[in-house]
Amino acid sequence: MTAHPVLRLSGITKRFGTTLANDAISIDLAPGEVLALLGENGAGKTTLMSILFGHYTPDAGTVEVAGAQLPPGKPRAAIRAGVGMVHQHFSLAANLTVLDNVMTGTESLWQLKSSTSKARRELLSIAERFGLKVNPDTRVGDLSVGEQQRVEILKALYNDAKILILDEPTAVLTNIEAETLFATLRVMAQNGLSLIFISHKLNEVMAAADRVVVLRGGKVVAERLAAATSRAELAELMVGRRVARPVREAATSGPILLEAINLDVGRRLSGINFAVRAGETLGIIGVSGNGQTALGHLVSGLVQHSGGELRLFDHAVNQTSVRALIEAGIGRIPEDRNAEGAIGEMAIWENAVLERIWEFSRHGLVDRRAARQFAAQIIEGFDVRGGTPDSRTRLLSGGNMQKLILGRNLQSRPRILIAAQPTRGLDEGAIAAVHTRILEARRAGTGVLLISEDLDEVVSLADRIQAIVKGRLSPPVPAEQADARMLGLMMAGDWPQDGTLAHAS
Amino acid sequence: MELLEIFASAGIWGAVLRIATPLIFGTLGALVCERAGVLNLGIEGIMTFGAMIGWLTVFSGGDLWVGLLAAAAFGALFGLLHAGMTVTLGLSQHVTGLGITLFASSLSYFIFRLVVPLASSPPTIEPFQPLVIPVLSTLPFFGDALFNQTAPTYLAILLAAILAYVLFRTPLGLAVRMTGENPHGAEAQGVNPIAIRIGAVMVGSALMAIGGAFLTLSAFNSFFPTMVQGRGWVCIALVVFASWRPGRALLGALLFALFDAYQLRLQAVLGKAVPYQLFLMVPYVLSIIALIVMARRARVPQALMQPYRRGER
Repeated sequence: MTAHPVLRLSGITKRFGTTLANDAISIDLAPGEVLALLGENGAGKTTLMSILFGHYTPDAGTVEVAGAQLPPGKPRAAIRAGVGMVHQHFSLAANLTVLDNVMTGTESLWQLKSSTSKARRELLSIAERFGLKVNPDTRVGDLSVGEQQRVEILKALYNDAKILILDEPTAVLTNIEAETLFATLRVMAQNGLSLIFISHKLNEVMAAADRVVVLRGGKVVAERLAAATSRAELAELMVGRRVARPVREAATSGPILLEAINLDVGRRLSGINFAVRAGETLGIIGVSGNGQTALGHLVSGLVQHSGGELRLFDHAVNQTSVRALIEAGIGRIPEDRNAEGAIGEMAIWENAVLERIWEFSRHGLVDRRAARQFAAQIIEGFDVRGGTPDSRTRLLSGGNMQKLILGRNLQSRPRILIAAQPTRGLDEGAIAAVHTRILEARRAGTGVLLISEDLDEVVSLADRIQAIVKGRLSPPVPAEQADARMLGLMMAGDWPQDGTLAHAS
Repeated sequence: MELLEIFASAGIWGAVLRIATPLIFGTLGALVCERAGVLNLGIEGIMTFGAMIGWLTVFSGGDLWVGLLAAAAFGALFGLLHAGMTVTLGLSQHVTGLGITLFASSLSYFIFRLVVPLASSPPTIEPFQPLVIPVLSTLPFFGDALFNQTAPTYLAILLAAILAYVLFRTPLGLAVRMTGENPHGAEAQGVNPIAIRIGAVMVGSALMAIGGAFLTLSAFNSFFPTMVQGRGWVCIALVVFASWRPGRALLGALLFALFDAYQLRLQAVLGKAVPYQLFLMVPYVLSIIALIVMARRARVPQALMQPYRRGER
């Protein structure tokens, strides 16, 4: 960089408990430059930007804007220095007008009258200059998501932002909206603004950025000019390494147990196709928030499909219910074990039988003895430590709670197991235990649908892999052919339309 | 057609304004709190305390206006208590509010009894007299109907206009509305939502207490512990009816007062044939109907009843 940087982050380090979210990160930003911060979830991108904007105080390191150091932990100081942030979750008030939202906090509170007409003129002129069309008097709640984002950007520009940070700006946008946004970013850069946008999507990074900084595990692992790199290189840099070869043994799969054909769930899943076979694991990878929850709920009977066909054991299913699916032999590990998997304040035995309470009732009363016995079997068989059938479930560690949930499902030999983020937040030992159980179930002929963000996990457990992106599923690829590059591309939503992924590059 | 002739008398319209005054103060007070995102169910108790302390101030020799000011000051103190628990500590706004109602009501009675031992009839003060406005007060019909009120009534109506201006035309009002809609957004724009909420709850509670004081200093001339009689709860409902807008709050209070004044006169006309309790019900039934019609279109402040904690989403 020959130009004097408008922004310089040096040696930023931030620790949350024992995890090192940012490890001595240094980045420069030149005037009029568009910088992409690329990295997987948990790579430390958002933490870094929160430090820059003053939401967090770093443990070490400094932020300099145009040569002057910013006081740590002071958003107001960041705003005044000309740093504007467009959050992934907008900080707008839906019931107020666009102008209200933009004007909040820009005038002295004790002024007797808001200079509304002056503000409206100024807003319109900014909107004009950057091609951000908006009606100042519309209620924000009546705007589309893309337009709301425009308001967020206008808010920053109205505050005289010189540096604009966008946190996963396309996460909530349609493709067309995203293209419009990138055109806007170009105009802003030409007007002398410097931009940083955070992303994990390779195509938009390549399309919109001048320079790309890749973060992994809280560290800067690479820095490339967009013109001098390729998607494939970035994919490998982001994921880190060729993903390790699977540890599962080869197996021959049986008949299709669960199948989705062109299936829609409202607007959350559209036209998805997948098939789970007996004795086989189908892995669904993807960055969270792309429809995994809807998919998990669909096959658990919590939501109904609105189009296409869902086939269970070779029969079309129209109306599903939780009870019908459990009775049909579907075991479920929900993605949020504390919210959906177990009730912390209730006893272990109660949580063990709650899903199939009808099997443990007699004459309308709970058969406590049978239930306690069942819980004891799970504790014994699945090595649940830290509790008896009568202790409160809240007292179990995450891993032991997960073993309890696994146990209550696998004890009755389900024909299909739905495992959503089964090892999220678990330590190494517990992960190994959960993986072992899932592989055992597969060996015994259960069809497993594994939904996970953890690439290593999917590659080591799954026979075939599909990626979920914005509610759509990629065609499946055999795990043997999956390398980091291809998985990175799949997760970025980059797959050919003809259904083949074998020679994607 | 006796039932409709009631509306032709000037007396009913004068009564409407009189009955509406405490409701206007109370509703505007609750509205200010809720616009900033805090439900204040302490209103019933704060009104009772305002009635007591206003009366006590005047009874001990203070001026009537000093009585109103004392009520406002103590109202603001209860507001500070409510804000301390719900805003600073982030406790449940329902539970805290109900607690304050119980506490303030009991405290009012306690203080009253300390000063006034049990007596067959409670001691009285000299209340506000109707303000004579030249020309207007002597108009036929309208003079009696509209311009024969005490000063606090005119103040209440003026206050609705002032609050509407502050909320919708000043940076402070915008900050209050933003805080009630999205305190995180307010914070991101450099507004301190905690300070805004504490301030709004104190101002709102002061208005509630003034509404209570009107009862002892203008509508009646003595204090008795049950005199607020659920007016606070009516105010909470009127805020919803008003869609959190001061102008409509004024309208709602007047409408409710009209029902109330009408039922009082209806008792006189039909009282022999129908038990009077049925008439007491009329304003409430009509209010519920009005609420059902209006409230479905109301736009609730999005952050109402959500405690704000910095850094949490």
